[in-house]
Amino acid sequence: MINPYETLATRIEARFGDQVERVASTCRELTFEVDKDDLIKVATGLRNEADFGFEMLIDVCGVDYLDYGSDEWVTNSATGTGFSRGVERPSVVLDEADEFEPRRFAVVYHLLSVQNNLRLRLRVFTGTANPPVVRSVVDIWNGANWFEREAFDMFGILFDGHPDLRRVLTDYGFIGHPFRKDFPIMGNVEVSYDADEGRVVYKPVSIEPRTLVPRVIRDDNRYSADLKDGADNG
Amino acid sequence: MAEIQSYTMNFGPQHPAAHGVLRLVLEIEGETIQKADPHVGLLHRGTEKLVESKPYNQSIGYMDRLDYVSMMCNEHGYVMAIEKLLGVEVPTRAQYIRVMFDEITRILNHLMWLGAHGLDIGAMTMFLYCFREREDLMDCYEAVSGTRMHATYYRPGGVYRDLPETMPKYAESKFRGKKELDRMNTAREGSMLDFIEDFTVRFPACVDEYETLLTDNRIWKQRTVNIAVVSPERAMQLGFTGPMLRGSGVEWDLRKKQPYEVYDLMDFDIPVGVNGDCYDRYLVRVEEMRQSNRIIKQCIDWLRVNPGPVIAEDHKITPPTRVEMKDDMESLIHHFKLFTEGYCVPEGEAYAAIEHPKGEFGVYIISDGANKPYRVKIRAAGFAHLSAMSEMVEGHMLADVVAVIGTQDIVFGEVDR
Repeated sequence: MINPYETLATRIEARFGDQVERVASTCRELTFEVDKDDLIKVATGLRNEADFGFEMLIDVCGVDYLDYGSDEWVTNSATGTGFSRGVERPSVVLDEADEFEPRRFAVVYHLLSVQNNLRLRLRVFTGTANPPVVRSVVDIWNGANWFEREAFDMFGILFDGHPDLRRVLTDYGFIGHPFRKDFPIMGNVEVSYDADEGRVVYKPVSIEPRTLVPRVIRDDNRYSADLKDGADNG
Repeated sequence: MAEIQSYTMNFGPQHPAAHGVLRLVLEIEGETIQKADPHVGLLHRGTEKLVESKPYNQSIGYMDRLDYVSMMCNEHGYVMAIEKLLGVEVPTRAQYIRVMFDEITRILNHLMWLGAHGLDIGAMTMFLYCFREREDLMDCYEAVSGTRMHATYYRPGGVYRDLPETMPKYAESKFRGKKELDRMNTAREGSMLDFIEDFTVRFPACVDEYETLLTDNRIWKQRTVNIAVVSPERAMQLGFTGPMLRGSGVEWDLRKKQPYEVYDLMDFDIPVGVNGDCYDRYLVRVEEMRQSNRIIKQCIDWLRVNPGPVIAEDHKITPPTRVEMKDDMESLIHHFKLFTEGYCVPEGEAYAAIEHPKGEFGVYIISDGANKPYRVKIRAAGFAHLSAMSEMVEGHMLADVVAVIGTQDIVFGEVDR
């Protein structure tokens, strides 16, 4: 039986050529990386052309790749010193830099074709600009509206051409973008009621950060790279 | 006197018909809605960020708290994404148990929806009737997991334990006599499967009862027919899934189209609406309850005759039994590693979607090879539905807003995450 995803991958590569780049998958899912300048062209094609027919946008997901692949606990020498919860925390990076690493922020789109019963994932890296910007796909898939608002709220990624780019999940007047990796998990401020002033006040957060289980990455030869299915053996 | 053309009205967040904490800013002309701007996020807990800070298994409990009326379905999406990354095989018996509990959950969810939707637009009795049946299903949750709501029952690799041989029984109290007690406990004498089977026999008559109250009810029809009509093209454009999409006439159900677990072996039908209004979505959901009942029956029949393991034997991922741990060093090590550090998931990304009672519930996990996920994105059906609120209520009367909130089956645990 011919895998429908391989057929789709071949078609997409034939149609869009250099505009897309296939990403190898470990679990038989089709992912393409798209340059942010080509996003609208590729997305329009995928939606309107009968070969693809991706009439539904399932999800838009922001990703911050700042800490990707970093662990909090070096495991090789640790057995000699014992298990420790004392995790050294990296100092907080403030996103006031003029430029980011080019592969720091990404927007991931999950597409669904109801007519062809196929799924597809697109990933767009936002490049070095601060704040990160990509073109909005609201005109192509109207359902993207709130998903893009969410990615803006959580990651500070701007969507050029979005009709109403407001925060959606955080509080009115919230400062910062909570899902960025340099945003502390307990936040920056805490709210309480001040009886003297007779109103709710914001104060710097008072709880200590703690790690119950450190983040570790272990070499596991069961998952070694040559076991992954790439473009040729998926 | 100056003539007022239109004005803005605030609805919620503490309105009983807001299904939780929805704040709607409505632009109204007379009683006609011109624009609705939902303000959400009052229940935002940052689940996705919290999940990133914990080993994989410790976050299953967070999934229960997303859509808190269909708990096990949320868990299912999450564990399926992990299983996809790990490439772990789930034993067949566990797959049947999962399908059975997914469908129990679907009935739970639809009963809650029907009760609340009915209550919102004037059918008080529905609420009481629906909660009567919900109670029995909640007892199944309790029997199998120990909790009535936040079960944490699904695990990567299977389910936590096999179905119990006994059902908890009602105890004596001064409010019920011996006769009443015996009547309440008759169905609970046997195993949990006996109890569910008894439920599946009783349940179709209950659905008939709901339908008697609503389906041909003049008031119900006045409140729902031709309200918030969504064409199939618009429904797909707006990212609708589940009953919202099927109500508009698109035959799309992941259980049929992209079957997971053992849904491809199940015999059931997909109800589809015609007009795409609130009434059609009501009919779709009611029929789904009947179909879920059919699936549960099939699962019970299979589970009765096919004992076996309910969780994968790979102790790098699943804990060994307590008995094994008593005299096997390796089991003890596995247990210790699993509960102190968890397991590392190979680098990669996976998206797992299930047909959640509310629509497509998807979990997208990016792993960088650590014992904690690098990024988790939860795709909640309600979020996409609520974003279309303005379009759905435009041109309708103020009272219809409540019908639309009801028909979208909004739960804020999953919208706000």
